Amino acid sequence: MTEIIVVTSGKGGVGKTTTSASLACGIARRGKRVAVIDFDIGLRNLDLIMGCERRVVYDFVNVIQGDCTLKQALIKDKRIDTLYVLAASQTRDKDALTQEGVRRVLDELTADGFDYIICDSPAGIEKGAHLAMYFADRAVVVVNPEVSSVRDSDRILGLLASKTLRAEQGNGGVKEHLLLTRYSPKRVASGEMMSVDDVKEILGLDVIGVVPESQDVLTASNAGTPVILNEQSDAAQAYEDAVARLLGESKPLRFIEEPKKGFFARMFGG
Amino acid sequence: MGLLALFRRTPSSASVAKERLRIIVAQERSARGGGPDYLPLLRRELLEVIRKYVNVDPEAIQVSLEREDGHEVLELSVALPERKTG
Ligand SMILES: Nc1ncnc2c1ncn2[C@@H]1O[C@H](COP(=O)(O)OP(=O)(O)OP(=O)(O)O)[C@@H](O)[C@H]1O
Ligand SMILES: [Mg+2]
Repeated sequence: MTEIIVVTSGKGGVGKTTTSASLACGIARRGKRVAVIDFDIGLRNLDLIMGCERRVVYDFVNVIQGDCTLKQALIKDKRIDTLYVLAASQTRDKDALTQEGVRRVLDELTADGFDYIICDSPAGIEKGAHLAMYFADRAVVVVNPEVSSVRDSDRILGLLASKTLRAEQGNGGVKEHLLLTRYSPKRVASGEMMSVDDVKEILGLDVIGVVPESQDVLTASNAGTPVILNEQSDAAQAYEDAVARLLGESKPLRFIEEPKKGFFARMFGG
Repeated sequence: MGLLALFRRTPSSASVAKERLRIIVAQERSARGGGPDYLPLLRRELLEVIRKYVNVDPEAIQVSLEREDGHEVLELSVALPERKTG
């Protein structure tokens, strides 16, 4: 059975593409066949984060418009052989993406036996974001612990609950998960940043992962190597945990407290 | 002014954020989901009427719909500004 997961947020620049790339790698590394699709038409990005930008010949819109086959457009990852990338088109014409076209591509991937399809949504609540979520079985809502991001993700939750195929069919709707990223335990401890529990309470959602603010994310994007592949990194381990939870394992949250040091930390830390 | 001054410690930046979000998210949810969709418009029109008499801030008006055993109660609260001298 194929599971379609949309990675979405409403607000831009919160870490959707970073998350899509790492989740896709993490799931594929466990032997599942994964296709990750860039829905950000006109602002292709995922190919860079995945490090396959020079191998893009055909893109999502080319497939939809029949310029090539899906097989020709899927880029096989060089590191993980069960992982494939479908790049976004650089066209200015946002209408190039149609619901019917998206359905055909997803159906073909399903028929081809992919286990997971990860849809990297564009920011906003317009057509692109709508199409990225429409066929989803599950949603990973990426949020930064910051007011505008939390508010926007609540609007996205509203759309997931009404403007998706699963919502329309009334069969339980899209399963929603929260992924908090750019989390700074230090700033949470000093009362500058909302905590996991604060955000969880406001949105009333399950937390699938908490990814710390990390310099490794920039290094990873510079190199075109999704951060999850940098085993040393806290961000990588946090994404690995999120992958495990997505696949049904239960794991305690890590990296949500400052590393405990001396006496004072022991006295005041949780 | 008010309430905040009553507390010796000013609330942390994070708890201000949380409180603001709690209110706005509840308001937006009731606007799109649970509540009837005339609530935002009702709130705007109420604001216009009240402003003919008193100059209140938009955020001074809270309209919410509560469900109490079987019937619905429309709750309206208007915080009037402090009376200024002059
Ligand atoms: N955990 C993190 N720590 C530090 N920086 C991060 C982290 N996650 C993401 N970033 C940075 O945030 C920026 C935006 O990330 P990304 O492109 O993944 O967001 P996005 O939601 O896909 O953006 P868009 O809405 O434009 O598609 C990038 O510069 C990325 O390096
Ligand atoms: Mg992106």
